[in-house]
Amino acid sequence: MKNETNNRRQFIQALTATASLSALSGTAFAANKKSIGRVVVIGGGFGGATAAKYLRMWSGGRIEVTLIERNKEFISCPASNEVLAGYRNFDTLRHGYDGLKKNWGVKIVHASVTAIDADKRRVKTDHGGEFAFDHVIVAPGIDFLYDQIAGYNEAAREKILHAWKAGPQTLALRKQLEAMPDGGVYALTIPKAPYRCPPGPYERACLIASYLKTNKPKSKVLVLDANDKIQSKQKLFQDVWEADYKDLIEYQPNWNAVSVDAAQNAVTNELGDTVKAAVLNVVPPHRAGDIAQSAGLINVNQRWCAVDWVTLESTAVKNVHVIGDALMPGPTMPKSGHMANQHGKAAAAAIVEMLSGRTPQPTLMANTCYSMVDENRGMHVASVHRYDAEKKAHQPVAGAGGLSVEPNKLEGIFAHAWANTIWKEMLT
Amino acid sequence: MKRSKIHIVVALLFVPIIGVAQNTPPDYFVANCFNCHGTDGRGHSTIPPLAGLTKPYIIEQIAAFKAGTRPATVMHQLSKGYTDDEIARAAAYFAAQKK
Ligand SMILES: Cc1cc2nc3c(=O)[nH]c(=O)nc-3n(C[C@H](O)[C@H](O)[C@H](O)COP(=O)(O)OP(=O)(O)OC[C@H]3O[C@@H](n4cnc5c(N)ncnc54)[C@H](O)[C@@H]3O)c2cc1C
Ligand code: HEC
Repeated sequence: MKNETNNRRQFIQALTATASLSALSGTAFAANKKSIGRVVVIGGGFGGATAAKYLRMWSGGRIEVTLIERNKEFISCPASNEVLAGYRNFDTLRHGYDGLKKNWGVKIVHASVTAIDADKRRVKTDHGGEFAFDHVIVAPGIDFLYDQIAGYNEAAREKILHAWKAGPQTLALRKQLEAMPDGGVYALTIPKAPYRCPPGPYERACLIASYLKTNKPKSKVLVLDANDKIQSKQKLFQDVWEADYKDLIEYQPNWNAVSVDAAQNAVTNELGDTVKAAVLNVVPPHRAGDIAQSAGLINVNQRWCAVDWVTLESTAVKNVHVIGDALMPGPTMPKSGHMANQHGKAAAAAIVEMLSGRTPQPTLMANTCYSMVDENRGMHVASVHRYDAEKKAHQPVAGAGGLSVEPNKLEGIFAHAWANTIWKEMLT
Repeated sequence: MKRSKIHIVVALLFVPIIGVAQNTPPDYFVANCFNCHGTDGRGHSTIPPLAGLTKPYIIEQIAAFKAGTRPATVMHQLSKGYTDDEIARAAAYFAAQKK
């Protein structure tokens, strides 16, 4: 109760702050607007931050939005592979949540959500209190299934990194690569699909190979892929590896890591083959983030959350919407930041419609994933997804989308422009 | 009594273009384009902004992307996912945005 009054007071304060800014931003937020509902968004990554902003924008400030994010700042995975190669400063990945508060009147709470009570429509946090909602959007990204790789215990995780969530691990992996002697082996293991960012591991291989080629040319990049082939932009990556990194990158398909030995810096696969490396980068299999698990939202393969693709509402729990990497994606939909942004907008649109007394309509979504292959050249894969009423899911539009012809500098420039734009798009 | 009426009038003044007071939903799909071109097409990068371009210009560019007569890195692929009617609606939306 106390919390609710508190929430309301802070919300009004936030609105008043926004009202004075409305002339500048061109968005009319009146302090005396009648609220049509309350939405809590859990997780301020690509999906959640976007949803929070668009709920405010598309409701004209009439939906009260609380974004609960455990981290004080957003750190982008996209472009983090460039930090590993030394082509980008880590600080460029860091972005604040102030814009969402100041420009859009989103209430930001830095705490961890510990429980969702869908019946009472409340979420509980570790130290931020409780929050009531009409709808909740769950956007926690992924958590790792460490138990599927024997020996990958907490002590081992100090040394064997994933760097598959950007942050301290990104910097730590960069340090390991810098410390690696010329002639050392950098080994990267890739879990079975679906995993976060299908082209991400192959981009990482390119960028680290590019760094090593200039700085430690006797070294090697070993890509140990649990899948039977490259999962995205296959021919494009193969061609670059052949043309630019021929003796540097070695690719092994069907290499499913099942255990690690931190003392030896070694990884072993299902068949008992062991690889030792100077720098060992093990990306464990993952599933929807912990809160999705504890809230009973995981209902596909014990890993992912199924949703109604019109409302992005969970098929397991009512009034709970799930977006981003936590989802069981539609066909050819990748787990990408671009896609999570689109989910966020679709969920926001559906909730605005519902709280306005209308019936939500399916909306189009599109994806584009850029990858860098060295310091300057980029390439992409793109797709457009349209809702199919019979299949009750988005399907890729035939004849639309596609791949780059080859990596080039212009697409490298657009890849960087994409990152700068989407960071602003979701957070300001 | 009087006061509440004033309130309603004030509230109505603030109804934004995209907003809850309409009976037909807005074209949410236009936000597909914002990821690269910026919110409402007001981007500040090497990907060209769309806000304030004229509707015929946008329609013409998309037609050229689709036909392959204007070279592109990605727009020729993305634009094929949208119908002519959707492109016309998106073009109208961006044309109405302040630069
Ligand atoms: C190396 C790498 C490169 C990539 N490159 C690209 C790229 O070029 N383009 C692209 O589109 N995608 C890329 N991706 C994928 C992209 O990062 C993810 O798809 C995206 O982050 C998913 O968004 P999300 O909102 O689902 O999750 P996230 O962005 O991970 O956000 C989840 C947020 O929820 C918070 N959270 C979780 N649980 C709780 C809780 N209980 N309480 C409070 N907060 C919580 C987390 O702290 C986090 O901030 C890349 C990924 C990697 C690893
Ligand atoms: C993945 C990023 C991306 C998305 C999403 C995207 N665009 Fe583009 N757009 C570009 C790029 C890059 C260019 C430059 C041409 C090229 O290389 O494809 C461009 C160019 C354009 C142009 C030409 C602008 C000018 O000044 O001549 C128009 C018009 C356009 N886009 C419209 C759209 C519309 C409408 C949408 C949404 C349906 C959209 N774009 C979605 C990246 C994107």
